[in-house]
Amino acid sequence: MNRWLPRTYLTLVYLLLYVPIVVLVVFSFNDSRTGYEWGGLSLRWYEALLNNRAMVQAMWNSLWLALSAATVSTLIGALTALALHRYRFRGKKVLNGMLFVVMMSPEIVLAISLLALFLLVGLQLGYVSLLLAHVTFCLPFVVITVMARLSGFDERLPEAARDLGANDFTMTRTVLIPVIMPALLAGWLLGFTLSLDDVVVSTFVSGPSYEILPLRIYSMVRVGLKPEVNALGTLLLVFSLVMLILSQWILLRSKR
Amino acid sequence: MRSLTQQPFRTAVLVLVWGWLLFLVLTPNLLVVGASVMTRDPGSFISLPLTVDAYRQLLNPLYLEVFLHSLYMAAMTTLVCLLIGYPFAWALSKVGKRNQVLLIFLLIVPFWTNSLVRTYALKLILATNGLLNNALMSLGVIEEPMQLLYTEGAVIIGLVYLLLPFMILPLYSVFEDLREDYLRASHDLGAGRLSTFIHVIVPLTLPGVLAGIMLVLLPAMGLFFVPDILGGSRNLLVGNVIKNQFLDARNWPFGAAASILLTLAMAFLMFAHRLSKRRIGEDGV
Repeated sequence: MNRWLPRTYLTLVYLLLYVPIVVLVVFSFNDSRTGYEWGGLSLRWYEALLNNRAMVQAMWNSLWLALSAATVSTLIGALTALALHRYRFRGKKVLNGMLFVVMMSPEIVLAISLLALFLLVGLQLGYVSLLLAHVTFCLPFVVITVMARLSGFDERLPEAARDLGANDFTMTRTVLIPVIMPALLAGWLLGFTLSLDDVVVSTFVSGPSYEILPLRIYSMVRVGLKPEVNALGTLLLVFSLVMLILSQWILLRSKR
Repeated sequence: MRSLTQQPFRTAVLVLVWGWLLFLVLTPNLLVVGASVMTRDPGSFISLPLTVDAYRQLLNPLYLEVFLHSLYMAAMTTLVCLLIGYPFAWALSKVGKRNQVLLIFLLIVPFWTNSLVRTYALKLILATNGLLNNALMSLGVIEEPMQLLYTEGAVIIGLVYLLLPFMILPLYSVFEDLREDYLRASHDLGAGRLSTFIHVIVPLTLPGVLAGIMLVLLPAMGLFFVPDILGGSRNLLVGNVIKNQFLDARNWPFGAAASILLTLAMAFLMFAHRLSKRRIGEDGV
């Protein structure tokens, strides 16, 4: 087969995927107020961003939320993966199925079901409701990442540890945790990013007491163009990219 | 079975995991099912008596039209993703292993970046005085700027842009598993290229196609912010309807029923996907 046709095609599709991102980054340095014409280089939108106190507050809120959601989901996700991998228990298939459903179901379905729950139990919508929701949708991704790591794991190691007198907890701490560490880090980073980027679920379960970045962006971009959003978007892109590279690097390094 | 006291760690883990999933996954979903058969109540959102009014309302011509339009846009999105993604995944699986890692990385970068921001970036390009119109006008292709934003097409472009990697990745994984000897065998048995494609490649990649459809079609009905940013008020998704019913109109039973519609669609697609996988397994291929 012709070698150039597939390559040209791949290049073309990648171009399409990346042109909007490049445009956004370039326009974030645009001095023009209208947002469509090029008005020379400028950092004014970054400046405007930093001087916007509500925006900076939303940024911190988002970071804190992502940090805590990633940590909690990594913790619970790792334990879930370990339980699925090591224990036999009733309803294992059901547990697996529930995780699969969370991952596959449209975000909006998850969002309204959580909203219904929070209102039923009388939980004030804010940080706690956001945290519970974010941990829930991050969970399956962490479980999968850790399970993948565990599946290539030498089963004789935990048995050896047990023969040497370690109980379950000690064995987990000294044998399993070091093995799944790269997966834990990768899962944490993925959870962090998922939380930071979520719009759909957050729209439903957040309250006025805790404003987060994606929702603020959402309310800004619904009408017209806002040059500050270019700057903010660029910052978020760079941030996500660093996280992604970090997680891939951790996973690749651990394979060697 | 050993007693609880002998394995406190195991017990603690299982209680935590089950507790979380039962409280935050199972209960909420049951609540939605419950809400869909209740009566709308302006004060406490829902109340008795039980009724199927919400489901009847789904068939109201006004909403039916919105749903069908949403389904149409989602189907077009899926089709475009498949048409772009199928040859893409094929070509990707033919690239050398070293480059493949980099190319896959480039494919999942968008998955990690803010989808809202990327949707907004499309607005810069598609606006009436945006980049695309300006470029086409300066090239002399068009005289007047075209109305691209706030159209059905803009919504589909936005959805394709966000969801394309979700179509490509499962397709790529089936193309990776496609063994060259099947293709050679087909050729040795006298099949032409077209015949090999239809009788060997398509059936073998079908699970990937269905997985891709599942991963694109459903989100394409739920991502309400895409029409909000690119589509104007006439090109709504099922997701917009659900959001309006829950957050603005406060008609929970109806919103819940619409969401169950989406869940049923998901169940159906998952079933089809399993079936296609099993069939390939049974054929011994």
